[in-house]
Amino acid sequence: MAVELTADQPAGFSPPAAHVLEQTLAIARRAIVRTTRQRALIVFPMIFPLILFAINGSALSSATRIPDFPTHDYRDFLIAMPFVQGAMFVSITAGVDLARDIESGFLNRLSMTPIRGEALLVGQLGGALVLGVIQAIVYLLVGLATGVSFASGVGGALVLLALSILISFAFASLGVLLALRFGTGEAVQGIFPLLFVTLFLSSSSLPRNLIKAPWFRDVATYNPVSYLLEGLRSLVITGWDAQALALGFGFALALLVIALGLAQAAMKSRLTRT
Amino acid sequence: MTREPAIEVEKLVREFRKGPRAVDGIDLAVAPGEIYGFLGPNGAGKSTTVLMLTTLLPPTSGHATVGGFDIIRQGAQVRATIGAALQEAALDAILTGREHLMLQATLQGLRSPERRERTRALLERVGLTEAADRRVGGYSGGMKRRLDLALALVHSPRILFLDEPTTGLDPQSRSALWEEVARLARDEGMTVFLTTQYLEEADVLADRIGIIDHGHIVAEGTPAQLKANIGGPSVEVTPAEPDDGGRLTELLSQFGEMRHNGNGSVTVQLPGGEAELADIIRILDRADLRVETLQLQQPSLDDVFLAQTGRKLEGSADGAENEGDAPAPEGRRGRRRRGR
Repeated sequence: MAVELTADQPAGFSPPAAHVLEQTLAIARRAIVRTTRQRALIVFPMIFPLILFAINGSALSSATRIPDFPTHDYRDFLIAMPFVQGAMFVSITAGVDLARDIESGFLNRLSMTPIRGEALLVGQLGGALVLGVIQAIVYLLVGLATGVSFASGVGGALVLLALSILISFAFASLGVLLALRFGTGEAVQGIFPLLFVTLFLSSSSLPRNLIKAPWFRDVATYNPVSYLLEGLRSLVITGWDAQALALGFGFALALLVIALGLAQAAMKSRLTRT
Repeated sequence: MTREPAIEVEKLVREFRKGPRAVDGIDLAVAPGEIYGFLGPNGAGKSTTVLMLTTLLPPTSGHATVGGFDIIRQGAQVRATIGAALQEAALDAILTGREHLMLQATLQGLRSPERRERTRALLERVGLTEAADRRVGGYSGGMKRRLDLALALVHSPRILFLDEPTTGLDPQSRSALWEEVARLARDEGMTVFLTTQYLEEADVLADRIGIIDHGHIVAEGTPAQLKANIGGPSVEVTPAEPDDGGRLTELLSQFGEMRHNGNGSVTVQLPGGEAELADIIRILDRADLRVETLQLQQPSLDDVFLAQTGRKLEGSADGAENEGDAPAPEGRRGRRRRGR
């Protein structure tokens, strides 16, 4: 039977912790089912970064002749970019998915149940997590197949996967935050070009110390996306670079914590229940 | 012994910024097991009222209890007591009907074996067993509405809110939904708060009706009471020759209030009831006035709405159009026989 209530029960009735876990898993399952059934959501955003990787990897290969360029094979340098670019696509997918729920009234349906906002938020990110994992594995395999070699070895490849998934999760949280704040899929998609700009205004194509234009170098230095890329890249080119990894994981974690925190507050006001 | 109302509303108000009061101090009470029809045109305040009573929208002022719980201070308890199918069937086109129900059952706290059984039973009840494993994106409007209803029933609520549940449905789907709503009230004693802009729907389903317009309840009562309040039946007489209109008016002037419809046709109220129809026929026969049509009209809820607001209800034409198509559910007739 469903929970029976009497008029004597105190206000603020909330489900027990075990039920919160079940709620989270149920929402996550739905998010994963939705993601895996919409193959276009998986395939096209995954292919686009690979196309850019193929084009830039070939067209910009002479960049390695610049003095002090850290590697002889430009693909070793460039492979970090698809991971971050893919994570940005994940943010849009996660955001648009939630925005559709808001627009269609599905969120209202969920908020009529005793679901906790946190369960809804974390569960909703389940689909994004799966997408992030699939993308990371594909990019890694494509990289290895095209000759990318890891200075940090097999362990480094696994750490790269972990960092890449964390970045995807962080960007997905950002997408969910945008959906909760703006409430429409169009608004979330409208933000996408801005995300992309942060990618191109980073050290995505050249190491920061080799960027000639001072303004560009400054922007890339203050741009957290540079450190996400450099954390991933260090495992391929340098080996075990503690500072690059700390900055990479640190910025990804900071983005995740900030975006999730703000998303939780936004979810509270979105679930306008009395 | 008086039973506590299932829904009780006192001076409920909802204001929106830069807009008039969507709901302006309404009072109503719905008894347990009653089907209450909340009838009104688009923008009258029906959905805003439902959103407040289902705790999705806080009221600006006023007080309401649902299932004995205060909608502001005991929102969680209210939500556990009610089921709601809101205006748009909010479904996920990617999921199947069964997946929707399983998700809802999990979120409502049903245990695993019970979830499956409840899902199976509800799919069967709303006639979606065969379509259970198909994605909802391929469902018809009627199927979506039935699934929406099943989702509202997952946790066996005592009170059901249905916000325009048959808008946009074909007569067959509409009739099937009416049957199910009537059955829920009749067999399970469920209280139903139903908003509609269809006169026929309110007339067929509701034990009592509240008519809302511009945020105010302008009339309330059983369908029979509301109709009785605006007077007896009327008869519309159209002469065979339009030129006889003047003579017809003169002959029928001894009866009640008269309305001219053009082409010599007049509609006259019969304050003495249907028995006066025989008198009219005798008078016309004696005067040798040839008549093309003579039609007895019972007062309708549209007449009630017209009398209370001076306007016809939007959607009333649809309701009238479908009158012959969508048969009244057995449930209501059954409940009436029980003298409820």
